[in-house]
Order: sequence, then structure tokens, then C-alpha cells
Amino acid sequence: MTLDATDRRILKATASGLPLTPHPFEEVGRWLVLPENEVIARMATMQEDGVIRRVALAPNHYALGLAANGMSVWDLDDTVAETLGAEVGALPFVSHCYLRPRALPDWPYNLFAMLHGHTRDEVEAKRAEVAALLGPAARGHDILYSTRILKKSGMRLAGEG
Amino acid sequence: MRIALPQEALDATDRLLINRLQDGLPLTHAPFAPVASEAGISEAEVVDRITRLREIGAITRFGPFLDAEAMGGAFCLCAMAVPRDRFDEVMTLVNAHPEVAHNYERQHKLNMWFVLACERPEQITDAAKQIERETGLKLLLFPKLKEFFIGFRVEA
Repeated sequence: MTLDATDRRILKATASGLPLTPHPFEEVGRWLVLPENEVIARMATMQEDGVIRRVALAPNHYALGLAANGMSVWDLDDTVAETLGAEVGALPFVSHCYLRPRALPDWPYNLFAMLHGHTRDEVEAKRAEVAALLGPAARGHDILYSTRILKKSGMRLAGEG
Repeated sequence: MRIALPQEALDATDRLLINRLQDGLPLTHAPFAPVASEAGISEAEVVDRITRLREIGAITRFGPFLDAEAMGGAFCLCAMAVPRDRFDEVMTLVNAHPEVAHNYERQHKLNMWFVLACERPEQITDAAKQIERETGLKLLLFPKLKEFFIGFRVEA
């Protein structure tokens, strides 16, 4: 969808978060000198079109005790990568799952599946489940544990809006 | 923050709010009303609790999640092998780019992984080239070819 200047003003105004009041869209309207129902209608349209995935809360995995967060990566034969990727993505403990191009020779892996747990042992058990599901179709795999969040701001819109 | 909050930092109501509000807020005049009624508290208390959850670091964001692709833009996962003794310097250079939506340190030779979110696909290449120029390090780009269904939610 094409966003107009008002849509962009709404997205920019809420990029770092929604105002924390019982009527947040009314408050956004006050900031932008727009009626609340227009803010809501425009955000609803953007949500229907997928520009806004959802208006929601993002938990801090670490703070909630999910201290072990691993990006498991797999080298899958290209002919079966889509089918098997969908199966991995459907596992209840996989939070994100993507097919990506390899970067040979540095990086042979094409399937990325994020695994989370309270401990690394818990994550390793989940990794073993993924390995069992993939069987010999996985020619190699690795896991990269995150050790620090260096930035987490979400997407920002550039320029004036 | 890497430190887990003590168990007692969150009560049952906080946990309910975290679990429910991950799924999305209705776009209405009183978006907190449904969760307030489920939790048996006022909307004002929902807001106060979310404010506190932000302050203590239990949540990282509360607001719209945007899809750069639906806006005609693009996301791209990028990785770099940063020498240990340059890590903080490179992190500062990378994080200064508004296109960097999030950035994680990971245990691997490729130890810095970040996502570029841009409004136009060509801006990904521009930002990547600029980061390579500024840091003198090679950037590996992993654009997504396919995303599989995501039904995962963190249980608080």
C-alpha cells in the first residue's frame, strides 16, 4: 500500500511506542491535531494491508528468564528446503523461521530457526528435536547463542513525515 | 538486559498482561478494556502496570510493529566478524544507523548480527555499503527468501 503524509505522521509519532494512557489513539490524535477516529481508521487500514503487523507488547526474553536464545542454522538440500522449513516453522518452540541464501564459502546454512529456553540445555534439547525432524536432509548445522542485545528499536521511518 | 528479573518482580496480573498483549491490541477508543476486564482491574491500572513493566525492563517495546515489506521496503539480516578489540567501536558505528532495527552479539566467528529495515529495497544496499566503508569490515547479507508461520509467544 502507498502511505500518505498523514499515515506516515502517525507511524512516526508512534515509532518509539504508543502513549501509555487508557485512550492512546486519542492522545496520538492530540499530538497530530487529528480526530481520534481518523487515527484509528488509518491504523486499521494499515493493519489490514499488513503495514502494521499488530499493535502489541514485545517482551524482553532475558528479563523473563528465557536467558538462552539460540539462532539454529541448517544446511538443507535446496530441493527439500521449503517443505522441511515449513515443518520446522510449525514447531511450537520455534519463534522465527526463515529460508535465506547461503554466503559461501563463509556460511553454508540456508535455514534459520530461533530457539529459546531458560537454559542452554533446554535449547540444545530443542535443537536435537529439530535435527531428528530433519534427519539426513540436514547436511550440517550450528547454533549461535546471543550474548547481548546491542540495539532493539524496531523500524524507524526516515525523513520528515 | 541479560539478567532475569526475580520471580517476585511480576505477579499473576503482570504475567497475564504480558501474555495477552503480545497478540495485539484492538484499535478502539478503549483498547485496554478487554484485558482489564479479564484481569479484573481498571484500564488505568493496566496502563500503570505496562509503564512499570517498561521501567523494570520486562518488556522492550509497546506499540505498532511495522512490516517494511508491506510498505514497499525491505528487511535484511546482516552479519559481521568483528575483531574483539574493536567490538564496542563497531557497535557504536553500526547502531548509529537508523536503518538498524535491532542488533545482537552472538557467540560465533560472525559475532554481530543485525537487521536493516528500510523503506525502499535499494536503501539496504546503500546502508550496507556505508557500514562496510565506515567499519572496514565485510558484511554478509542474508535477505529472507521465505518466512514460515510464526505462532510462538513467550509465556511470562
